[in-house]
Formats: sequence, structure tokens, C-alpha cells
Amino acid sequence: MIKRAFLASLLVVGLTVAVAGCVDSRSQAHAVYMLVDTSGTYAREAGKARLIINYLLGTLQSGDSLAVARVQNRSFSEKDIIAKAMFDARPSQANAQKRAFREKMDAFLRTVSGSAYTDITGGLIQGAEFLNETGAGKKTILIFSDMQEELDKITIRDFPISLKNIRVIAVNVTKLGTDNIDPRRYLGRLDAWQKRVEGAGASEWKVINDIERLDAIFSKS
Amino acid sequence: MTDLHSWMIWPDNTALSVLTLLLIAMIGLYAARTPMHGLIRATGHAFAGPLRLGARWLFATAAGMKERNRAVLLAQGRREVGQRIEREFERVGIQVTRDLQGYPVLQRKLLEVITRIEEDYKKCGEVPPPPPDWVEAVAAVAQIKTGGGEVVQKILDEIRESVERIHDKAIAEYRRAYEERHDILEGSQPFWRSIDKTLKQVDRKMTGLQESADTIDAQMKKYRQIAAKADEAESILSNSAFTQFNIAVIVLTVALGGAFVNFKLIALPMSEMVGAGDYITASLRTSEVAALVIILVEASMGLFLMESLRITHLFPRIATLNERTRRRMIWISLMLLVTLAGIEAALALMRDMLIADKQALLQSLAATQHAANDGWIAGIPTAGQMILGFILPFALAFVAVPLESFLYSARTVGGSLLVDLVRALAFVLRVLANLARHLSRVLLHMYDLLIVLPLLGELMVRSLRSGESPVKVKARAVDSPGKL
Repeated sequence: MIKRAFLASLLVVGLTVAVAGCVDSRSQAHAVYMLVDTSGTYAREAGKARLIINYLLGTLQSGDSLAVARVQNRSFSEKDIIAKAMFDARPSQANAQKRAFREKMDAFLRTVSGSAYTDITGGLIQGAEFLNETGAGKKTILIFSDMQEELDKITIRDFPISLKNIRVIAVNVTKLGTDNIDPRRYLGRLDAWQKRVEGAGASEWKVINDIERLDAIFSKS
Repeated sequence: MTDLHSWMIWPDNTALSVLTLLLIAMIGLYAARTPMHGLIRATGHAFAGPLRLGARWLFATAAGMKERNRAVLLAQGRREVGQRIEREFERVGIQVTRDLQGYPVLQRKLLEVITRIEEDYKKCGEVPPPPPDWVEAVAAVAQIKTGGGEVVQKILDEIRESVERIHDKAIAEYRRAYEERHDILEGSQPFWRSIDKTLKQVDRKMTGLQESADTIDAQMKKYRQIAAKADEAESILSNSAFTQFNIAVIVLTVALGGAFVNFKLIALPMSEMVGAGDYITASLRTSEVAALVIILVEASMGLFLMESLRITHLFPRIATLNERTRRRMIWISLMLLVTLAGIEAALALMRDMLIADKQALLQSLAATQHAANDGWIAGIPTAGQMILGFILPFALAFVAVPLESFLYSARTVGGSLLVDLVRALAFVLRVLANLARHLSRVLLHMYDLLIVLPLLGELMVRSLRSGESPVKVKARAVDSPGKL
């Protein structure tokens, strides 16, 4: 009788653990999609992009996802994704994935070349698609850019986009030469993006220019 | 302005208006005196009655609970003392069986030694042969006068020489005999020591038995007191329960600290087994729950082990198992505990490796120089973690002992506190009931104070009618307010 009770208790414990393991864990996962602007003079900021990626690699946990894509002439394409990974549930494997990710990014940032145009909107649409596919509970798009969108004549991006439940954070938004002459241009550019992003249903819009304050990426404002 | 003076009968004369209204109110209140008194009394009773009833019920409940607590406490005490007596008897039984088993051997040994000593004693008692009769002859020869005769002198010399020779021989014989006796006595020394040792052994065993008998006597006395439901026994048991409870709480707190350290040791490596990305709630990882389950399973195994070893008595079923099954349970629990301890040690090692790997990754991401390897010193925390991981499950196994004390004493302590709480509640209800009753009396007097003039008039009329003095009529009225 005692043995039976003992075995039954072990079974219950095992089942509890098994059932607990079946609970959908994606809702607690964090997915980050980082857009790296490689257009014109901004390509020179690649070193700072490396710092941010390293910070993300050090902060994201097992089960989280990370993708880094470049922003160029037209960015609504999977081909623009330089590296992506969903970190393994096992911490040791996740660490190995992070090392591989870093190596891939190092290789890309060494050979980065400037593009003529900057399609941020296309990158946002691509990022939203990627993030929604991950099914993560927390979704963040990081835009490493001066937020000056420049499109060629045939590219169409002036339509409503959907960024529902996605946090959008602009990082290292550098001032252009013209911004220094008239700061309203810079502020107006940021305001316009904020309106567009919030209008698209984003849960949050944030600008982080200080690279030392990267912890704000994961903190709610 | 008009509204403010609307209540005035004579708007130009406030004092007269107030006075008139007061008189009207007084007459109205006087007319309504009896029903108002009844209302106030009834309201007072309506509040005080249920409160008193509630207080009485709570006191009765507290008394019943106390009685039940007493019965439970005495039953527990009887069971505990009974178990102690049982164990003491068991010990005495083992002692007696062990000692009595060896008693025939001991007795034979003692008899043999005593016989040997007796023989030796007899041997020692054998006197050497008495001196020959020639002693008297020598004395007679010594009295012979030589008279200067050469022959006589020669004879005497020869006799002397012979005597001396014989004397030397006799002395040597005596010495040899005494040496032999000394040898015998020397040879019997170990036997004496053996007897001494054996008797001391017997004495020690007898003392042990005596002590056990004394313990049984003390326990029996306690048992009788409990059986007689003596207040002294209840008081002792109650105090003992409180002490046990406090000790158990302290030890369990320490054990919880140990469990927390254990949890920290295995929570991270468990994520390597069940995954780090699985969550049960928003902040509770599956790996953490799994680590907790492992610790609880270890504690359960410890509980089964302690129970099988009959150190604790939480499960009567285990206590009544036959010896063979009980031994099997001991071995199964112990093996599982050892296995879990081994797993924990391995997990502790894995934790160290994972932290080192994470550290290396962060260093490479930060693009800083790698920290120098500290050699064998760096291995100390790893070894420490592994040892802790192996030892903590066994330490946790002993939690069963304070847990049992906690569970048994918590009934007494909790019951006692509950009785106090119910009593305090009953006291509060009684105070409130008294307050309501006295408040109604105060209200009655206040009401009469408002209509003091008509009451005085009534007093005068009554005294005139009855012919009694107003003081007597008033005294009667004071004795029973509201019944003028």
C-alpha cells in the first residue's frame, strides 16, 4: 500500500512537471529585430551597431529570438536579414548560438558598404513579419539609423503599416548636417516617425541616443 | 432670513419662542415617556442580548475546545510515554537477553577461577615437614662436657659438622618450599584480576539495568499521571509542546535556508535538462519548479528513510510493516537518496560550468581581456559546490525529525492559541453587551433629565395623593427609573 502511494506520488510529480513543461512558453519570450542602417555616411557608425548587438547577445536568454537586418535601397526582403537565431532552451547551446551569431555579425560589419537609399519602412514591415512569426510575448524593433528615409522613385511605402503590440526603439539617431542648421528638422523627423509608428499600433516608441543607456531597451518607459 | 426665523412662534421675540417650543417639546416628550423608555430598553436589550448570548456561546465553545485539546494532549502524551516505556523495555530485554545468555559461561568461568584459587590456597597452606627429632638430640649433646678429652672433642666436632650440614639442607628445603608458595601466589594473581574484572563487568551491567529500571519507573509514574488526567501532567505536556514547537520552528527555518541554498545550486543546471525558456507563470520558470520538485522528492525520501528507521512516526502504516519489508524500504529510500545526491553533485558541477561559459561569452562580447586562470584555487568553489550538492540532500533528510515535532506540537500550540482567541472574542462581546445595557440606562436618565419639570409636577401630585413625602416618592422613582 505504502509502495503504491509512493509510486503514485512520484507519478503525480512527474506528470506535474510534464504538464508544466507543456505550458506555452512563447508568451514569456522576447524577440528583437534590429535594423542597421548602412546607407551613406551612417555606415561609419557600424562600430556602435556592434556594441548594441553584443549587448543584446549578452542580455537575451534561452528561448528569445534575435535578428539583425540591414536597411538599404529596398529592405522588405528576407535577403536583408544578416543573421537570425532563436536561442536554444539549453543555456549551453544558447551560448554557442550567440558565439556563432557574433562571428557572423563581425564578418558583416567588417565588410559593410554604404547604399544609396534608406528604406526604413520596408525594414519595419519585414521586422514586424518576422516578430509576429516568432510568436514571442514581447516584440521589439530596434532601428539603428538617423531616421532619414530616402526612397527611389519606384519604391512605394506611403501606405498604412501594422506594428501592433510591437515596441519600436530608435537607437543612435544622429543629427544630419541640416539638422544642426535647423534643429526643428531633427525634432520634426522624430515626431513624424513617432506618429507613424504609434499610428501603426506600436505599443511604445522610444529614442535612445546614449549608447551607455542600452538597458533602457528592455525597460518600460 | 425668513427661513431662518420660520420656526419662531413670535418672530420678534426669540426668547419667548424658544421657551414656548421647549415647553411644548417637554410636554410632548413627557407624554411619550413610557413608550420611549420601552423603546430605549428594547433597543438596549436587542443589542445586549445577542452579544451576551454570543459571548456565552463562545465561552462554552472555548471550554469545549480546551477540553478537546486536553484530551488530545493527554492522548499524545500517553502515546509518547508509552512508546518510550516500550523502547526502554525493549532495551532492558535486549540487555537481559544478552547478559543472561553469557551468564552460564561467566558462572563457569568464575567457578573455574575460584576452584583454581582454592587449590592454590590449599597448596600454599601445606607446611614443610617439621624439624627432625635430632634438635632435641643436639640440645642434649650440647650439654655434654668435653672434659678436655680429645676423643670427645672430635666426636662433638663431627656432630657439629653433621648438624650444620643438616641445618643447611633444612634451610634450603624451607626456602625452596616458600619459593614454590610464592610462585603459586604469583600465578594466581591473574585469576584474582580476572575475578575482579568479571565482577566489575557484572556490576556495570547491573547498574545499567538499575538505571533502565529507574527510567522505566519515572516514565511509568508519568504515564500513571497522564492516565489519571492529572493537571500537573497536562501542564508538563503543554509546556513541553510549546518548547518542542519553538525548537522545531527554529530548526525548520534553518532547514529552509539549506533548501534555498540547494535550490540555488540546481535551479540553473535544471534549465539545461528541462529548458530555460519554459514558464509556468509570468515569472516562474519550469526549471525552477523542477529544481523545487527535486528538493521536495529528496525531503520525501528522507522522510521515508527516517520513518523506516523508526526514528519518526508520521505514517502508522510504515511503523506496522514487517521487518523484511521495512528493511527493503530503508534500502530503497537510501539508494534513491544517494542517487539524488549524486545527481545534485553533478548538477552543481554543471552549474559551475554554465556560469563559466556564460562568463566567457560575456567577456568575449565585451571585447576585454580574459581573466587569468587561477589554477587550483579556481577549482575550490567547484569542489565546494559539488560537496554541498551531495551533502545537502542528506542534511535535508533529517528535516523529518523536526517536522514531526512541529506537526505534533502545532496541534497543541494552535489549539491553545485558538482557545485564547475565542476567549478574547467572548470577552469583547461581553464588554459590548454590558456597554449596550448601560448605554440604554444612561439614555433613560438623559430622557428623564429633558422632562425634569413635568416629572417634578407629577411627583408633587403623587405625593399629595398618596400622602407620602415627595422624598419617598422620589426615592422609589430613582430605584426604578421610568416608573414614577
